[in-house]
Amino acid sequence: MNTQAEPRAAQITTSVAGSLAGKAGSMVSQVNEVEKILVKDLNLYYGNDIALKNIGLSIPEKKVTAFIGPSGCGKSTLLRCFNRMNDLIDSCRITGEIILDGQNIFNRGVDVAELRRNVGMVFQKPNPFPKSIYENVAYGLRLQGVNAKGLLDEVVERSLRGAALWDEVKDRLNDNAFGLSGGQQQRLVIARAIAIEPEVILLDEPASALDPISTAKIEELIYELKDQYTIVIVTHNMQQAARVSDYTAFMYMGDLVEFDHTEKLFTKPALKQTEDYITGRYG
Amino acid sequence: MMNTWLKSGTPWIWLNGGAVAVCMVMVVGLLGLIAVRGFGHFWAADVAEIEIVNPQDGSRELVLGEIVRSQQISAVVARDAGNEVPEGIDLLTRFLIKQGNRDQTGKDFVWYTEIGMQPFRYPENAVVIERRELGNFYGYPVKLVQDGEEIPADSERFWESLQASVDRSIVLHDEIKAIERRRIGRINTDIARLRLDARSLQLRSVSGDERLQEESRIEQRQAELNADYGVLRQELDLLYDATRRDSLRMRMDNGAEVDVSFATIVRVTAPNTMSVASKTGQYLVRLWEFLTHDPREANTEGGIFPAIFGTVTMVFVMSIIVTPFGILAAIYLREYAPQNLMTRIIRISVYNLAGVPSIVYGVFGLGFFVYFLGGSIDQMFYQAKLPAPTFGTPGLFWASLTLALLTLPIVIVSTEEGLARIPTTIRQGSLALGATKSETLWKVVVPLATPAMMTGLILAIARAAGEVAPLMLVGVVKLAPTLPVDGVFPYIHLERKIMHLGFHIYDVGFQSPNVEAARPLVYATALVLVFLIVVLNLSAIAIRNRLRERYRSASD
Repeated sequence: MNTQAEPRAAQITTSVAGSLAGKAGSMVSQVNEVEKILVKDLNLYYGNDIALKNIGLSIPEKKVTAFIGPSGCGKSTLLRCFNRMNDLIDSCRITGEIILDGQNIFNRGVDVAELRRNVGMVFQKPNPFPKSIYENVAYGLRLQGVNAKGLLDEVVERSLRGAALWDEVKDRLNDNAFGLSGGQQQRLVIARAIAIEPEVILLDEPASALDPISTAKIEELIYELKDQYTIVIVTHNMQQAARVSDYTAFMYMGDLVEFDHTEKLFTKPALKQTEDYITGRYG
Repeated sequence: MMNTWLKSGTPWIWLNGGAVAVCMVMVVGLLGLIAVRGFGHFWAADVAEIEIVNPQDGSRELVLGEIVRSQQISAVVARDAGNEVPEGIDLLTRFLIKQGNRDQTGKDFVWYTEIGMQPFRYPENAVVIERRELGNFYGYPVKLVQDGEEIPADSERFWESLQASVDRSIVLHDEIKAIERRRIGRINTDIARLRLDARSLQLRSVSGDERLQEESRIEQRQAELNADYGVLRQELDLLYDATRRDSLRMRMDNGAEVDVSFATIVRVTAPNTMSVASKTGQYLVRLWEFLTHDPREANTEGGIFPAIFGTVTMVFVMSIIVTPFGILAAIYLREYAPQNLMTRIIRISVYNLAGVPSIVYGVFGLGFFVYFLGGSIDQMFYQAKLPAPTFGTPGLFWASLTLALLTLPIVIVSTEEGLARIPTTIRQGSLALGATKSETLWKVVVPLATPAMMTGLILAIARAAGEVAPLMLVGVVKLAPTLPVDGVFPYIHLERKIMHLGFHIYDVGFQSPNVEAARPLVYATALVLVFLIVVLNLSAIAIRNRLRERYRSASD
């Protein structure tokens, strides 16, 4: 297995090394995809406490990658690195690289706002703005200076359709977003995210605050969206990861333990630790 | 049993409820007292005719007037005051009678003891004349001279003709006022400006042709203005003559007959004949006059309109100044400043500022704003007017600025609270869409914090409208000749002195020459002030509620 340093090459093999000292076995898998995001030797510290230990990972393009693991293992922290939301935390310190489209996102010259336009995020609890449904979806575009009503109308409709929400709200676009149910609000937030046409969408436990029916709708949505967007989803729910994702990364206490095709990880995991987690021997 | 009752928590409910009840009673009681004492003033009181028979020599004295109040005093006090009190009486009542007729007798409020008082009579022909000067006149009408025709008081046409004369003289008076105030006032302003031009010629040391030209222009304009003035003067003289056409002869309670000039008459009524309906009508008219007319007689009569106007204008200007500064300061402290020791010191200093006594602000305002800033502005822009100060003297702008400083901490605290209450998820949501920090701030966070900002403004207005001490030093006067807003450019004159309701209360209550006459006005003005603040607060609260609906916070 060799690693080629050119992203966007046709086939890259990635070697994921559980290469920390004391790790039981290192694990390697062959992934034949176009790479979208490459994480290299990523360490993250909150003050003096280490939260992510030497993460190496390749997120394939236009696929759904899931991060699973017990609470506190660092999956949300890792997810938030991809759009540099950890910058908002003063005590957070990061070493290593995350390479997106050939550029390390931690470089000094990188425009963080531009990065975040390219890498969208949906949070655990739906957080629509206290504006109308229309204005929520149009927010990202207005930020970029787009104010032409025709264009905004078109994009709003397209995004709401893409988020499977159009039929439910098309008659009340000017109502306050808080009038929607939890599931609808989450879909609205997804519509808001895809309105600015990012390349990557990060979903941080998007359905954990929703009822089963809304959860099913969200999962369906993710399945439809993956044709156009690279999706990374963090989830507590292993069954959801198994249903929805193409690739899964299992993390434990800041380490990346195993990363593989979802089917393989869930049926024939390479490491015992993974198997123990999946079979529920520990949560 | 007592123990279980105490433990059950019920006594605390009673205690809390009782405290609230006491507070309500105090507030309602205060407002009620002010209302009755103040607004009772405008109700047309009956005019009593009291015959006093001196028990010793049997002489009779007639007193005509309104009974203001009565008091029980001891005989000793009465004798000390110079009254004859027969032996055997320890306690007696004395009555304060408003006799009016200050021009005739010199005293309009007089105490009379009950010794020798016959039962009160309320004659139907007792007439009250409200005048522009020298207070009320109480008497019996004798005759009216209208257009040369004499109409005696007992004629049927008397009352109608009297009212017609009064109406006509009021119209004349308004016309005279209009000419004097507006047209002659404008001429005066122009003449003052010419004088300034001449002075600035001197200052700028212009010489030669230019100077001659300017001087001749000034002279010419002055001649024009004088001519205009002459014309207006003639008009005025005609009008004044017209007011002297009619006259009214009245008989006072002591029997003397006097002529009352129509030029000073505001209203003539016979309260003893008025029905409740007409008294109510008159009440409303007098209330309206109180709210919309200028004061007379050293603020002891007339209206308080300039004070209301001055208060509202000052609160307005203060809001315009304090809102941007307060909000921007709070946003800086909460959003941009690094949360270190320095910021904490700044924040504590701001909170402490709220505790500084308001008179200290007044002194600061006087020294820094008025003398230093105002003096500098005068030196730079108003040289020609010196040594008469324009901004180097207390005025509307400095008063508003001082109050803005006083209420700044309130706005800052409220805004900071509002900003702190906005959940971080909203901010993160905006940032995750590619907004910069300032975009998130102005497009999402600040709109959400707007109700809190309005709260700050409401509190600031409530505080500022009631402060009097600093204003005495930096801008308000007993009697202002003009309003700060008029039709002359720049329409709002920030250098003018204003009247203020709070100061008016103080002035009328404590500085007026005629305490008895002024007392009801103190209550009435206090009630108007309370009412004004309530109106300002309610409107701000209404605006805030509407904003709250629109920007329902995510935490709801």
